[in-house]
Parts: sequence; C-alpha cells; structure tokens
Amino acid sequence: MNNPGAGTVYTETVVFSPPEAYVNDVPYQLAIIQLENGRRLTGRIDGERAHIGDQVKFVEFRKDVAFFRKSV
Amino acid sequence: MRQVAVVGIGKTAFGAFPDRDLRSLAVEAGQKALENAGANGSQVEAFYLGNFAGPSFVGQNHLAPYVAAGMGITGIPATRFEAACASSGAAFFHAVSAVAAGLYDVILITGVEKMTSQPTPKVTEILAGAGDLCGEVRAGATFPALFAMIARRHMYQYGTTREQMAAVAVKNHANGAKNPLAHMRKVITMEQALNGKPISEPLTVYDCSLISDGAAAVLIAPFERASEFTDKPVRVLGIAQASDNVALDEKEDITTLRAVQISAAKAYKMAGVKPADIQFAEVHDCFTIAEIVAIEDLGFVKKGEGGPYSLAGKTCIQGELPVNTSGGLKAKGHPVGATGVGQICDVVQQIRGEADERQVKRNALGLAQNLGGSGATSVVTILGAA
Repeated sequence: MNNPGAGTVYTETVVFSPPEAYVNDVPYQLAIIQLENGRRLTGRIDGERAHIGDQVKFVEFRKDVAFFRKSV
Repeated sequence: MRQVAVVGIGKTAFGAFPDRDLRSLAVEAGQKALENAGANGSQVEAFYLGNFAGPSFVGQNHLAPYVAAGMGITGIPATRFEAACASSGAAFFHAVSAVAAGLYDVILITGVEKMTSQPTPKVTEILAGAGDLCGEVRAGATFPALFAMIARRHMYQYGTTREQMAAVAVKNHANGAKNPLAHMRKVITMEQALNGKPISEPLTVYDCSLISDGAAAVLIAPFERASEFTDKPVRVLGIAQASDNVALDEKEDITTLRAVQISAAKAYKMAGVKPADIQFAEVHDCFTIAEIVAIEDLGFVKKGEGGPYSLAGKTCIQGELPVNTSGGLKAKGHPVGATGVGQICDVVQQIRGEADERQVKRNALGLAQNLGGSGATSVVTILGAA
C-alpha cells in the first residue's frame, strides 16, 4: 500500500464499544483524514488525542490499517 | 401510474424476545396486517420482505418464501430486499412501484429482524457490514463511530451541542413511554441523557438506538380498490428511493446526507407538496444526531438549525412539527429490517387518528424517512388522508 502522507483531521471519534475484532483495542481513536493529495482516508490516531483541524502524519500500516500521529 | 393506498397495518411489539424466532415475529406482523385489512392470504399477489441480516443473526437464508409459507402463502413471488437499515423501506418502495405500474393489485410487505440472540460485539460487527469492510470498518469503524464522526463534524461546522442531541433522546423516550409496542417505555431526564456511558465520543448510550427484535407489515392495494379492505385508506402521495457512496469518507460533506435530499425532493415533487406542508414525521433516528441531520435534509429547517429546533421543543407531540411520536428508533426500538415498514405503520396510525395519547392534532399529511447505513440508501414516503 502507498504511503498516504500527511493530512489534517476532518472528523474523529473515540470508540468505547468495539466490534468483535477489536475488543482488545478499546478505547481507540478513529478519524477521517483529509490527505494532502486531496483524498480522504479512515484510519487510527496513535498517541496524543487529535481534534478536527489538527495536522497529522502517517506512521505505518498495521494489518492494512493506516495509523497517524498528531504533528508537533 | 395508479395511486396506491395502505389498507392494512400490523406490528409486533419491539423488544428482546428470547423465546421468539424470526419467522414467528414476521408471521405475526403479516397476519395482523391482513386482519387489519379484513383480507386473507389468498388475496396476496406478491410478498416483499425487508430484512437486513437474518443469515448473520440467526443463520436462516431464503427468508421471503420461508416467512410467506409460515403464513400459509405459497405459489406467489416472494422476494427479500436488503438495503441495510432501509431494507423494508426499499421493499415498500418497490412494492408501491409495482402496484402503481399495474403489475399487481395486492402486495404484503413485511420487515423483520431478530437481533438479540447475539452478544453486543457480534451485533456491532454484523451491523458494521452495512459499511465499507475494506476501508472504514477494517480501520475499526462501528455504526455508532460513523455517526459520532458525523456528530463531531456537525458540532464543528454548525455549533451543534451535546445538549441539543440529548434533547432528541429525552423527547423520543417521552414518546416511547406512551407507546404500548415500544421496546423502552422509560422516561429519561436531560441529566441522564448527558451523562450516559460513552459508546463512541461524543455519543453515549442515550444517543444510540436499541438492539431489538420485531416485525412490522403493511398491505397495499390500488386506491380504487381500497374500500374493499378498509374505510380508512391512507394514500401514498409521494415516494422515492435514492443512493450514495457506502463509505463515509467518500461522501463530500458528511453533515448532509445527499440520498436523503434527493429522495425527499422527488417525493415532495410527486406528492405536489413542500416541506412546510408536512404536519408530522417519523424520521430515522438511529442516533440522536441522525434525527437532527434528517430534519435539516428533509427541508423542515435550514442546515445547522436542527439542533436548536430540537432543543426548543418544536418536534415534541405538542410542537409545531411532531417528529417520531412513536418514540423513534431510540425508544420504540430498531429491529433494523422492520424499521422502514414500522415507520409506515406509525404514520398511517396517526393519519387514521388511532395514536391514542400520542395523537397529533394536525394529522392529514405525514412523512416517513428510512435510512440505510451512513446514508447510502434513503427512502422517503409521503402519506395522506384519503
């Protein structure tokens, strides 16, 4: 998969009631990222809580899921 | 095109019924609709079933002939429609289209879902199958999460507040408490609604509809034959179905559900009415934010004004536009495949003047809006007194 690069948080939530596959991950932050390439991607935020408008950068894919981290 | 009328309605109670199976619920609703119309099974020319995930929830497939045969109805076309939470709305739309076109005269449409036999994480996973499994769902999206992200964006763009969303829950619980067939007949306070257990921020358990078992059915016929079945026929004045991208991240502005706007515009045009003419509505409040977005996209209020309008009490039974007098999906319950037809039953009940203590005064023109997924399917129906 291609590196989606950096972007900004378009919207986000913290999930407390997970689907069966992610019962061990909660709580986790899910976000739609507005990428610099113009596309949007649903991924996870690692580390510090991010809010709408925050800049984030791509960290890595884990099991085909894009993880981002808030830019400092 | 021929004008179509709803001539019979029937519902089971919505709730958690460990002793009932899917077929017995669907059969009960269908038989009640036939009884309500004074009809018998041999008059039914086609059977349309709305069901989202029977195969996943209970393992049973081939559901339409299975349910029809449970009512003693065989030999006619029996077909299942799947459109996520709009499954029976879609079944109703296609049934009305077939009668309007002259293909059949009498169609029974039933919606059913049996959800409570599975634990919540499994239900959450099955429901997530209405999203994009290769994208948002793989990343960890649930339906509460998708609507939480809609809520966050709506709050960001329009200043919608937690209190405005909670007002929807308080109102729908108050209505549901008066509905003998509702799943949750419990009044809640604003304080409770604001302090519920978090499900997906900013949504708490009080922002989310219920996991329910239940079924609903309606019998339709050409308006010119309605008097054979009932002295209170209700006309289908306008109806439309529309679609959009399944994935939330593929929708341009997630605070507006395009399929709702498109289906509403077509239904209003067909009925020859404007949003301001609608006197009451049943809308798809799978989450409190969904009711706020719905009353905006249906044109009852301007975009961004749904929250303040709800908090001001305008959508209460005594308000200027009563919304979800049944208790909505929030309190009446949300057996997903039954919801669309259940809404039609609720609107018909109001137009007939049979809603008892929930009865609205202005009841001549009502609207039902049934949503699938995060807005990939929408069915809007406008019903009126004969």
